[in-house]
Amino acid sequence: MNPAPLDWKQELLSVLTHDGIKQEISGRTKELSARLLRLNPPHPVFMVGTATCGLGAGAARTVDAIRKFLEVHNLEGEVLETGCIGLCSEEPLVTVQLPGRARLLFSGMVHELTAPVLNALLIERRTPDSNLLGQIVLEGQSPWEGIPLLSEHPFFRKQTRRVLRNCGILDPGSIEEYLAGGGYRAFAKSLHTMTPSEICDEVERSGLRGRGGGGFPAGTKWKYALNGASDQKYMVCNADEGDPGAFMDRALIESDPHRLIEGLAIASYAIGAGCAYIYIRAEYPLAIRRLERAIEQAKAYGLLGENILDSGFDLKIVIRKGAGAFVCGEETALIRSIEGKRGMPSPRPPYPTEKGLFGKPTVINNVETIVNVPGLILNGRDWFASAGTETSRGTKVFALSGKSARTGMIEVEMGISLREIIEEIGGGMAGGKQFKAVQIGGPSGGCIPASHCDIPVDYETLRDFGAIMGSGGLVAMDENTCMVDVAKFFVEFLQNESCGKCTPCREGTRQLREILEQITRPRSAERGDDALLRFKSVLRLRNLAGVIRATSLCGLGQTAPNPVLSTLRWFREEYEAHVFDRKCPAGVCKGLVRCRIVPELCKGCTACVRVCHHDAILGAPRQPHRIDPGKCTGCGACLSACKFHAVQLADDDERGG
Amino acid sequence: MNREQEIDAIFDRYPPGVRENLTAILQDVQEAQGHLSRDTIVRIARHLGLPAGKVYGVATFYNQFRFESAGKYHIMLCRGTACHVKGSAAALEFLEKYLGIRPGETSADGLFSLEITSCLGACGLAPVMSINGEIHACVDEDRIRSVLDAIRKAEGADV
Repeated sequence: MNPAPLDWKQELLSVLTHDGIKQEISGRTKELSARLLRLNPPHPVFMVGTATCGLGAGAARTVDAIRKFLEVHNLEGEVLETGCIGLCSEEPLVTVQLPGRARLLFSGMVHELTAPVLNALLIERRTPDSNLLGQIVLEGQSPWEGIPLLSEHPFFRKQTRRVLRNCGILDPGSIEEYLAGGGYRAFAKSLHTMTPSEICDEVERSGLRGRGGGGFPAGTKWKYALNGASDQKYMVCNADEGDPGAFMDRALIESDPHRLIEGLAIASYAIGAGCAYIYIRAEYPLAIRRLERAIEQAKAYGLLGENILDSGFDLKIVIRKGAGAFVCGEETALIRSIEGKRGMPSPRPPYPTEKGLFGKPTVINNVETIVNVPGLILNGRDWFASAGTETSRGTKVFALSGKSARTGMIEVEMGISLREIIEEIGGGMAGGKQFKAVQIGGPSGGCIPASHCDIPVDYETLRDFGAIMGSGGLVAMDENTCMVDVAKFFVEFLQNESCGKCTPCREGTRQLREILEQITRPRSAERGDDALLRFKSVLRLRNLAGVIRATSLCGLGQTAPNPVLSTLRWFREEYEAHVFDRKCPAGVCKGLVRCRIVPELCKGCTACVRVCHHDAILGAPRQPHRIDPGKCTGCGACLSACKFHAVQLADDDERGG
Repeated sequence: MNREQEIDAIFDRYPPGVRENLTAILQDVQEAQGHLSRDTIVRIARHLGLPAGKVYGVATFYNQFRFESAGKYHIMLCRGTACHVKGSAAALEFLEKYLGIRPGETSADGLFSLEITSCLGACGLAPVMSINGEIHACVDEDRIRSVLDAIRKAEGADV
């Protein structure tokens, strides 16, 4: 019989009271934990990944379909909504746990596929041959024969999952499961056995550096705040993940919210803060809901509030929703935003650790920095430092997206090469295209070309190559991506997001944008001296970038030229093709693209006709097609759509105007 | 509950005069009423003891706030990096053509409003758009057309 929830609470908390972590865990607690973690459930359990990406791929309908299947066949079973295991491109993902057996992970489980797979597994009692990614063998489970281990799957093989260990495995809505898996023990250890300065010291000596971009040593920052003389201090978690192309913070919070709360609680204790803020983007409603619920649960368990675990430490956590301003990721802007003001940065010093939120000493850490803390405290600094390189310790979570075959959230040891990430974990480019570059670090970062992708991922090396670690967005780009267009995209983004306070950023990004627009404007649209200005402004590009970098007030402006400078450094020939030859080699920049169809290669499949918005492609099915140059705007849609390489960029003499 | 009472209910949750709650109040009001009207801004300013200009200044600073009502179906198209390299520019062009409006506008029948957002955080499924918060993955012209046609049909509009 299941014990009453109240007993669970006492049982789970018994591990945490006093120097609980050293105390032997009782057999009863172990048994309860195994039950909560469903290591050997009495009936089948179906864990469906329902983070935003899973839901986008249709996971909600999969959940319904599984429930319906169980009902129709009168089977007992539990359907659980878990977080994200990380493999976004294969969503919806379903993990099946049959009693006594190892777990099976199925990919692409759209609702239509649910019934056949479950029928094979539960009724015919055989392992289905499709959609099976692998098995996970946990303690005391008997493995399936002939099914590869999930840890051997190329997406997982090179990963070191420390902060992601619960993601996709535990129910993010259950504090009991988090506790059963060892949760809040690091917090109990901190409160009962360590002083705040010991914690700061441990974190500093572990080599944990800020994961939000700058890479400042976390423990050192904490010490500044701890040593500040003030009656009130604040701990702030920056979850304003504004970098387009990054979604680690969202997925982490949606999948394992308690880890963030535990890390934040330890950090608050370490710096002596009685109040912590989580500043999270309003665009992440699901993450906010799960976080609110997790805070309520932690309060109910006495892990937040007053006199936590009889230690005399009080902590309140407040959620503040960001309102969609990229600049608020900058710490001084973030502080103003929490205070209810326009999120504009202010000059540093004074640094927030001295004079931050409401004028009090404040530590601001990114989500990933904070979720690293519980593991570090529980297992010690040597364990933490055992992964990574000399200067960049530990692991890094990346959001892999773009043109790679597999996309998703991954965690790797620092020092792994970019090539391993893109080609092994990401499986190379989708559709067998040529890998061209990877964009790392968001709008403040840069593009690294495929030819240099053997460099190790650490803070220093990335900086040397013109990029930054950033928060961890990795966007893979293939031969059909134009680097000038990518630079223009980022500059447009930064111009929109510039708060306007300082001139170099406000006006400089505008100038950068105009120059890039001149480069990509077709000859036919140039008037007067435009063509001459195009050459002149390209010459000024580097100088302008230098001025913006040197004179802007905050990090947004200082790093704004990076996307331009890094593409200019590695893909100069592509810029030259735009400026001199008036061609976009990747076929992206409208106006510079003129296509033609090679009649010998054209199969008449009409794929290009269907993607053409402008009815510019003529020809009957199964007959070679041709392009009407009068209607063609050069959008290049047909270029990507053709599977037979029949659509090609036209040579100079074939192009009109 | 009329619109005035809705705002009163929100004010009950936030003590008067505490500026730090300004963004949260603006967010709650917009969620309840779809946009921020001139009168609402003035009322919020009075509640917090601030000049209305300050409140308006904060509201206009952030991308999230709207000053005109949104459509019944609010479409947000992601223009993040991953979505961009996978063709969200073409998706935007199609949406503008299909709806006959530009980002920030609402269609004449009040059915649709369009907004572009810097990132929805579902980059693994790029390009993405959301309609009233529900994420649609890997959208191309055909997918967008079928989703929007279905909505228009359900609303009794001519497709």
